[in-house]
Amino acid sequence: MYDGGKIIAGLLIGLVLLTFPFWYNLGKAAKLPEPKLAPEAQKAKQCVESKEYMAAHHMQILNKWRDDVVRKRYRIYIGLNGKEFNMSLQNECMKCHTSKKEFCDQCHNFVDVKPYCWECHLEPKEAKEGK
Amino acid sequence: MSFNLAFYSALFGVLGLVGIALIGLGAHLQLVFGVIIPYVAVILFFVGMIRRVVIWGKCPVPFRIPTTSGQQMTSLPWVKRTLADKIESPSNNWWAALRVATEVLFFRSLFRNLKVNLTKDGPKISYFSSKWLWLGAIAFHYSFLVVLLRHLRFFTQPVPGFVHLLDQIDGFLEVGLPQVQISGFLLLIAVTYLLIRRIVVPQVRYISLPADYFPLFLIIGIALSGILMRYWFKVDVVAVKKLTLSLVHLHPKIPQEGIGWIFYVHLFLVCVLFAYFPFSKLVHMAGIFLSPTRNLPNNSRAVRHINPWNPVVKVHTYEEYEEEFREKMVEAGLPVEKPLEEKE
Ligand code: HEC
Ligand code: HEC
Ligand code: HEC
Ligand code: HEM
Repeated sequence: MYDGGKIIAGLLIGLVLLTFPFWYNLGKAAKLPEPKLAPEAQKAKQCVESKEYMAAHHMQILNKWRDDVVRKRYRIYIGLNGKEFNMSLQNECMKCHTSKKEFCDQCHNFVDVKPYCWECHLEPKEAKEGK
Repeated sequence: MSFNLAFYSALFGVLGLVGIALIGLGAHLQLVFGVIIPYVAVILFFVGMIRRVVIWGKCPVPFRIPTTSGQQMTSLPWVKRTLADKIESPSNNWWAALRVATEVLFFRSLFRNLKVNLTKDGPKISYFSSKWLWLGAIAFHYSFLVVLLRHLRFFTQPVPGFVHLLDQIDGFLEVGLPQVQISGFLLLIAVTYLLIRRIVVPQVRYISLPADYFPLFLIIGIALSGILMRYWFKVDVVAVKKLTLSLVHLHPKIPQEGIGWIFYVHLFLVCVLFAYFPFSKLVHMAGIFLSPTRNLPNNSRAVRHINPWNPVVKVHTYEEYEEEFREKMVEAGLPVEKPLEEKE
């Protein structure tokens, strides 16, 4: 009449499912991303915009660049401190951030995004040393 | 309660919550809004849910509540019994579980929602099926589920494969950067529909209370702040994930990078939702599994269910009656089951 056994079993199943994030991660130390600035970027000292702005908004910049180039034929972007940039994923971003693996992928694997850009755009050749 | 009171008290309640989060951030209470309140909310959620289910579990359910259709049971094999009948009137626990599952997954009862219409020419009643509420409810619940599952990418490391698959399906339009995810917008549209329905359908509006508007405004607030955060007021998602992972690892730490204000508004509204959940009508998440009209087999004819608190009734069975009056019955020529024993 009370079906206590079934209710407790159901309650336990519900609790196990809902606490998934707490037990799934048990014993797994999270590897925090460490995007490495390539020497080319270090030499340039600054990115297109401020570092904080880039961390949150870089996909929006890429989107704007893409639209500006492909739809409006603009090529020049005025960035931080009036510096001019050629609006190009391969030829600008990746000129400074020469390693996709050491830079972009570091963060992207952490937050689980896999931009599909590289289906068409070429990623820079990774340096071979020791890997 | 008047419509205005119910509607505006809920609306300003949610706006007030947004204000509280903003004031808290202004006072640099990141630790309170990023760590303490989330933990309190999660604890309230689980303790509240368990308490609620235990209260329900203590309610005795002595009888079955058979629904009218599909009553014919297995004892009459010549009565045709379709699959729908077997689900509608389950004969054992497995069929009853299936009935609950159709309720949970497809909102089967809501699908049979009817609308009554009184025609003007001559008082005639007509019923026709009304699926809009069902459609809105399905869209709302499933998009909510998908959004929630996709959020697991903030709470797991490594992120399980199904979350990424869901992300890809949800973003298959490949529009914009960050990619537009359909479920977030569908959630906002569906919950807005549910709100509008409450306002414009006179009967529903009449019975609506703050407790009906508040969860709707709260979820609208959550979806809106989430969408604004993803597509417009960007935040540093790496910092967000550092915080959320530290929370589930039970080593809470506010990342020093700093996260935009809108994240804390989103998170605070979510915390209020979680904390409010077990104490409001939203507990139907657990309650649906405990609906006696749905989760018990309709075996009232096959099995005798006895109410345990029936008062003890003194009965005089026929056997006892005959035992007492057998001689007189035989004398009067009445038939008896056991003949009189011959006296020696
Ligand atoms: C001129 C060289 C240069 C170009 C071109 C460039 N970057 Fe950068 N980028 C840098 C430097 C230098 C930093 C580090 C800035 C700092 O530490 O203040 C950086 C930082 C970043 C960061 C933040 C990393 C972090 O750890 O938070 C992101 C994201 C980024 N860049 C993405 C891009 C993208 C996307 C493009 C193309 C739209 C781009 N960069 C173009 C030099 C460049
Ligand atoms: C279907 C193939 C394809 C995909 C996928 C793709 N692009 Fe492109 N993209 C192109 C083509 C073609 C051009 C035009 C190149 C030109 O005219 O120089 C272009 C141009 C661009 C440009 C400006 C020109 C340049 O040299 O970079 C940007 C910026 C850009 N894409 C960004 C992106 C980003 C970011 C993504 C991923 C979110 C992406 N693209 C995905 C095909 C693609
Ligand atoms: C500091 C960490 C970081 C670095 C470095 C970084 N990204 Fe990202 N990127 C992110 C985060 C976080 C997101 C996803 C935000 C979200 O989930 O809304 C993202 C999203 C994107 C997206 C949009 C993906 C989508 O499907 O919505 C593109 C395109 C992108 N990044 C390109 C790049 C490129 C190209 C580089 C290297 C030059 C780069 N990013 C480096 C953190 C980073
Ligand atoms: C009731 C639960 C929640 C609901 C309904 C909800 C809803 C949403 C929605 C609709 C979006 C828009 C983007 C998308 O579709 O993914 C979003 C984004 C977001 N939410 Fe939530 N949310 C919830 C809980 C949380 C929690 C608990 C956190 C973190 C602690 C969180 C953090 C975020 C972040 C960081 C984004 C931005 C994602 C990005 O930029 O890619 N949400 N949320």
